[in-house]
Amino acid sequence: MSFLLRNWQSSLVLALVVMSMAFLPIISSGGVGSAFLIVLLIVAGAVGAMVLKDRIAILVLLFGAAHGAVWLLIGALSGKTGEATTSFYLLLAASWLLAWRLVTVLSSIKPKGRGVDVFLRLFIPLLFGAWLLILWEAIVRGAGIPFVLLPPPSAVAARFSNSLPILAADVNQTIFKAVLFGYVVGCGTGFLAAILADRFVFMRRGLLPIGNLVSALPIIGVAPIMVMWFGFDWQSKAAVVIIMTFFPMLVNTVTGLAAAGHMERDLMRTYASGYWQTLAKLRLPAAMPFIFNALKINSTLALIGAIVAEFFGTPVVGMGFRISTEVGRMNVDMVWAEIAVAALAGSVFYGVIALAERAVTFWHPSIRGG
Amino acid sequence: MTAAMPVIEAKKLGLTFETGDGQVHALSNVDLTINTGEFVSFIGPSGCGKTTFLRVIADLEQPTSGTITVNGMTPQQAREQRAYGYVFQAAGLFPWRTIERNVALPLEIMGYSKQEIAERIGRTLDLVNLKGFEKKYPWQLSGGMQQRASIARALAFDADLLLMDEPFGALDEIVRDHLNEQLLKLWARTEKTIGFVTHSIPEAVYLSTKIVVMSPRPGRVTDVIESDLPRERPLDIRESPEFLAIAARVRDGLRAGHSYED
Repeated sequence: MSFLLRNWQSSLVLALVVMSMAFLPIISSGGVGSAFLIVLLIVAGAVGAMVLKDRIAILVLLFGAAHGAVWLLIGALSGKTGEATTSFYLLLAASWLLAWRLVTVLSSIKPKGRGVDVFLRLFIPLLFGAWLLILWEAIVRGAGIPFVLLPPPSAVAARFSNSLPILAADVNQTIFKAVLFGYVVGCGTGFLAAILADRFVFMRRGLLPIGNLVSALPIIGVAPIMVMWFGFDWQSKAAVVIIMTFFPMLVNTVTGLAAAGHMERDLMRTYASGYWQTLAKLRLPAAMPFIFNALKINSTLALIGAIVAEFFGTPVVGMGFRISTEVGRMNVDMVWAEIAVAALAGSVFYGVIALAERAVTFWHPSIRGG
Repeated sequence: MTAAMPVIEAKKLGLTFETGDGQVHALSNVDLTINTGEFVSFIGPSGCGKTTFLRVIADLEQPTSGTITVNGMTPQQAREQRAYGYVFQAAGLFPWRTIERNVALPLEIMGYSKQEIAERIGRTLDLVNLKGFEKKYPWQLSGGMQQRASIARALAFDADLLLMDEPFGALDEIVRDHLNEQLLKLWARTEKTIGFVTHSIPEAVYLSTKIVVMSPRPGRVTDVIESDLPRERPLDIRESPEFLAIAARVRDGLRAGHSYED
């Protein structure tokens, strides 16, 4: 019994395969030819993972069996969309369990070298993500889900690679013009406003409540007005991004400037240090974790702001424009391609700022770990 | 410079804090003179105003009555002329600066040249035995080493007066003994005037030429003891009869200040 439980995925896989036999064929209008090969692969993987001793051999076998089986499963669907049977889903679940076992075994490896460590840290989430896409593909095509509801990832990928020039133009318009400009100006003015609010009491009393008001402005309401003010091109989108990013930076910087301790401030006072010297040498460095917090929050806000703002009038280019028009034309694969681009760009943007944060606030306990 | 020139002169000094539940008399009628080259300890229970007195000297608090001069000036003028170095209870090193950049901090603020800064970093880190740790960050050092670095930082700009507010309070006994010994050597080498706040009777007696015993509510000076121990003090002087006699007098002074509470 413990033998079966130690590798419960394999045990369950064998059970699923036996069950799937009762519901053959895997495609309602097809034969059992390819099903035989799929079952063979899956059983080989499951049994191999139970009996083999060498970990490398287990990993290779599991990888080959899981991906080979699912490749054949999805291949069997070509031209037969929506004809998957219960047997198909049982075998799909079995292949997925093999991949689960593969990730389990990989995760239990205690890497010896740095190279292996980095490889595992990238490979495990990649494998995980790939299987999300594989299941999406197999289920959408197997069940024949209508294209406009959810296109299979393969269609999105095909549209993505066929539309590179359009996507590049959209990214250039939305990200390299509206987002970057708005982000830099919004974060910059928020930062300067925070310094002014810190330096002059009347600014603190007057500006902070108004900043609060600005942050509460609904972007949906502001965007059309910005289009009226600054025209259809990227400038109006940048203005929306500025409004969205200004306040988080203002509030975080004001909070950060209060983060330096009393003792450190007293210390600067004993040196007869002036306001600007204390700011540069003590209070700004101490505020950096807060400022980077705002930069990270704003990186996602800016992207959302620019894309949504394009829904309210834009030249015939831009990610928001593309999403709103292609949805209207039922070209959902293009919408998904834009979403993928936005997710990718957002991740890169966030990642660059997170790296800069590690370099600047290396001294903070949350980063040096202790 | 004559040996008996007063560095600090307080006359009828008083400081009352206004708090939510009424007034707190942190200092009341303090008369005290500290002369050049003295090592003066302030000892007393919590709330006796010893730290407050040190902070008044440093112009970190303003007295509400009486007068005080530092080098013949008001504390504010003295602070603006960078007349003293201050060591706090915690090291208070900036974690984003290496040890040498921390020591350089006051020098940068005071506008020393790059070359002068480099030379002074070397000299002061040598004084506190931290050679070889220049490039370390504060959080990579032990508590005792951090506190030594903060002393180096206070020494870097060569003020004649060093104010220390329980600098070794958070350290264990062994490290504290070691640092006390080093502090005495440093005092002998630099001939500075030192004001030193402590809770510990042995520490006060071991280090000081003058011990100011204080008591709380209101914070006041109850006894000023001139120590006749030799300036050269090995650690085992603490078992000598002279040492124990002074320690007993300090203890009596502390008890007298408390008697009305019993």
